[in-house]
Amino acid sequence: MASQSQIYAGAFADPVFAAQSVFRHLMDGFARPGTIKRLKATSTPPAPLASAAGAVALTLCDHDTPVWLTPALSKSAVPQWIAFHTGAPVTTSKTDARFAFIEKGTAFPGFDQFSLGTQEYPDRSTTLVIEVEALTGGPVLTAKGPGIKDETEVAVKGLPDVFLEFWTANRAVFPRGVDLVLTAGDKLVCLPRTTRLALKEA
Amino acid sequence: MNDLATYNFAYLDEQTKRMIRRAILKAIAIPGYQVPFASREMPMPYGWGTGGVQVTASILGPEDVLKVIDQGADDTTNAVSIRAFFQKVANVAVTTRTKEATIIQTRHRIPEEKLSEGQTLVYQVPIPEPLRFLEPRETETRKMHALEEYGLMHVKLYEDIARNGHIATTYAYPVKVEGRYVMDPSPTPKFDNPKMHMSEALQLFGAGREKRIYAVPPYTDVVSLDFDDHPFEIQSFDKPCALCGAEDVYLDEVILDDKGGRMFVCSDTDHCEDRRACGHAGHMLARKEAAE
Repeated sequence: MASQSQIYAGAFADPVFAAQSVFRHLMDGFARPGTIKRLKATSTPPAPLASAAGAVALTLCDHDTPVWLTPALSKSAVPQWIAFHTGAPVTTSKTDARFAFIEKGTAFPGFDQFSLGTQEYPDRSTTLVIEVEALTGGPVLTAKGPGIKDETEVAVKGLPDVFLEFWTANRAVFPRGVDLVLTAGDKLVCLPRTTRLALKEA
Repeated sequence: MNDLATYNFAYLDEQTKRMIRRAILKAIAIPGYQVPFASREMPMPYGWGTGGVQVTASILGPEDVLKVIDQGADDTTNAVSIRAFFQKVANVAVTTRTKEATIIQTRHRIPEEKLSEGQTLVYQVPIPEPLRFLEPRETETRKMHALEEYGLMHVKLYEDIARNGHIATTYAYPVKVEGRYVMDPSPTPKFDNPKMHMSEALQLFGAGREKRIYAVPPYTDVVSLDFDDHPFEIQSFDKPCALCGAEDVYLDEVILDDKGGRMFVCSDTDHCEDRRACGHAGHMLARKEAAE
């Protein structure tokens, strides 16, 4: 059983300005995919959720946004922490979730199991917040698309091998599709559905 | 500020900001697509920029420097009152200089000076749906966007050519974003359309009455619709600005008397002042100095 202090502590010290600052990092991150943002405002959610992922939850989730959690996160103090600090309902249905949180090193389900939105309302799709080992030092992918001048490189470490396959499939159903926030500690990288990723040829 | 009039930072409550922020992130992820949002009543009437104000209030932070323009001018009613609003409710630094601003809220112009990375342009939009005057039903226009069925818009432009010999749409000229969504750039003159293409700045659009938010991320294709034999053209002016002598800028006509006297001046007041400070002078500015 989670201790009380784990559940009630660890939110933003200054909620209004912290949420604004985290949101601006997310907005800049989605507007310039692949850029690594270090969050100034941090949170300390219960393990295994990390600081940046917790900050995203505090910034964007509320009673309007059902949240899906991996089995490991569901068993931790995270559901109670999210419920207390954001009021967001936790759902077991991936297609109902507006946000999904995935901790480090877990195999995640295919993106098409989450809500992709509809052709009429592609905005009604899940945003996945995935914790990875590191945002640098992994296999180098080239990224192209809106927000990227010519092309940029993303080298996230700790994504499963099927990631590129999942992502290409997600890109193919545009304008539907999920959007990703990859987090590592207090840093994050955003990948909107418009970003095209490919393995960099050596 | 007295005790009665204390608001949350930037007027909106935090739940509203979260809802608008989520809409903005989805709008950026789907360039040109109009995201519905639960627009709030603001302390100003619909049609006065409530959409832009809500977007600005949701992104604004204490470190930002805000510029507000109305038809290019910093000193017209709408710009002055929105600027004063944010000074009051967010205590934010304001400027009239395009270069110094981090957020520029605009009504119907894009500044002449090239925007740079790190700046955000927030448009006030009256009617976000480019197909609305062709198809009044929201259910139908939504389906047309879903199916990428934009034939009607081309028919409209073709009818312009059939009647007038050229495309007579001069403002709110439809654009296609990233090869997918047809978007209304808000009633900016078509003169400004090329500035949206591959802009370094993030562009956000807020329509308060119509409850829609949409976005164009930086470095995104924004192509004005046209035909091979009738390519898109922007307005051109015969004379330079009467005050600063600038060419290749958008000019406003100002009536001077009831005898047909008129002058053409930059619609972007900051750009005009900047040029005059650098020593550029138009023909009417010179005359004014001689008279003094």
